[in-house]
Amino acid sequence: MTSAYDKPVPIPANEDLTRPFWEAAKRRELIIPYCNSCSNLFFYPREVCPNCFSKDLAWKTMSGKGSVYTYTHVRQSVHPSFQSANGHIYAIIELAEGPRMPSGIVGCEPEEVYVDMPVSVVFEDITEESTLVQFQKS
Amino acid sequence: MSLRGRGAIVGIGEVPTRRIYEGRSMYGLCAEAAGMAIADAGITKDDIDGLVTDGVALPPAIAEYLDIKPNFATGVSMQGASGATATMVATSAVSSGICNTVLVVMGNSRQDAERAGRPAGRGAAGPSVRSEWEEPHGMAPGANTGYGLMYRRHIHEYGTTEDQLAKMAADQRFNALENENAVFNGQPISKEDVLNSRYINEPLKLLESVMPCDGAAALIITTPERAKNMKNKPAYVLGVGLKQGEANIWQRDKFTETPAVDSVRRALEMSGYTPSDIEFAEFYDCYTILAAMCIEDAGLVEKGEIGPFYEETDTTYKGDFPINTDGGQLSGGQPGLAGGFRHVIEGARQIMGKAGSRQVEKSDLCLVNG
Repeated sequence: MTSAYDKPVPIPANEDLTRPFWEAAKRRELIIPYCNSCSNLFFYPREVCPNCFSKDLAWKTMSGKGSVYTYTHVRQSVHPSFQSANGHIYAIIELAEGPRMPSGIVGCEPEEVYVDMPVSVVFEDITEESTLVQFQKS
Repeated sequence: MSLRGRGAIVGIGEVPTRRIYEGRSMYGLCAEAAGMAIADAGITKDDIDGLVTDGVALPPAIAEYLDIKPNFATGVSMQGASGATATMVATSAVSSGICNTVLVVMGNSRQDAERAGRPAGRGAAGPSVRSEWEEPHGMAPGANTGYGLMYRRHIHEYGTTEDQLAKMAADQRFNALENENAVFNGQPISKEDVLNSRYINEPLKLLESVMPCDGAAALIITTPERAKNMKNKPAYVLGVGLKQGEANIWQRDKFTETPAVDSVRRALEMSGYTPSDIEFAEFYDCYTILAAMCIEDAGLVEKGEIGPFYEETDTTYKGDFPINTDGGQLSGGQPGLAGGFRHVIEGARQIMGKAGSRQVEKSDLCLVNG
């Protein structure tokens, strides 16, 4: 944990809606919204199911396994804290259970990343309040 | 009921796209473009009884600035597709009799953002899907990162190469060379220059990406009956189609497919034409990869075959199949949502026979993708 984290922290659009996700991340758990009415797993979290409009929603714990659906090697200036000689990877991860989510890829060089690369979830406590959900090569 | 032939573009106006117009505002630039379109149509502002904007320019503010009081006004709020959508809405309005003659106008001043104290073209405005799920992972400001994701996936699925898409950017630059409205007029680049430009979001390079600019564009649409008595040869709207896609790129099922699959099919069905009838095309090109995928989805080439198509085809205004004959946004510049509108304007300009030295040989049937 660091008090000097200077990259953008997640700023919820509706903090009441996504508080369970961020609290789960803090205890090393990846949870995804699930519709009790139509069994739809979806991401990002919404107040009603985007498939059937039900408000009877729950959270399901994911395996944390997935693969790189696609990625880009970001070289341009993004935020002063992301500045590095070789840039960083911004990827879309397809979870083993189906839903996709944006993520950085940690623990390897940008050049090592490829489409369909197997990945597993990692959690990084970036501030007292926030734990970032990212993925690494598995 | 079909809109086929029910709208006639009878006047166009374009304030040349430039990096910045010091001391100008969006509303001022819009008013200038409106004046040009009205003059081009040979009408007066009193003839205008309809107004459609991109929604960034508020219709009441435009009406007040121009001192007009239209019977119909709306802003479409369709991001890059605002120009094409506004043209569709205007056609619909004159066709239904709500009004007779519509001014469609939109533009951009980068100084407006500075004056309002916010950086131009940056990331999310406040808490959003973007600020919660995307920006913490290093998503770049604007739209660049999403198109890098699409480009990578297109390479993976179809074997498209960076060399092939660089040809698109080079062809379009040729088209811009003699276009005084284009920000890069008179500045030639080669395919190698595109390939050697720096990566923004690899595989996406600088010269495959639009440059934010200032400028404005406007057109006048009226009924075909009224168009008959006007001075210009009109450009008739023969078919329209719209398909709404996702707001966030990562929410789509297929990263290599665009809503043009449906919107173009609908437009062609209304027109009675097929892709092989099309003589030239003006396609939304914020990035090479988006225009590439839309050209495929339109049926102008087979899905996944855009790379070989560009290798084999001269798409300049002198070529076998002209695309983005004014340079597109890549070489023309992107004055906000008027960037996407330029494709409608240029399509109409060619049909009206007003394209001067870059007039295409066959200019009767154009497919515009906004």
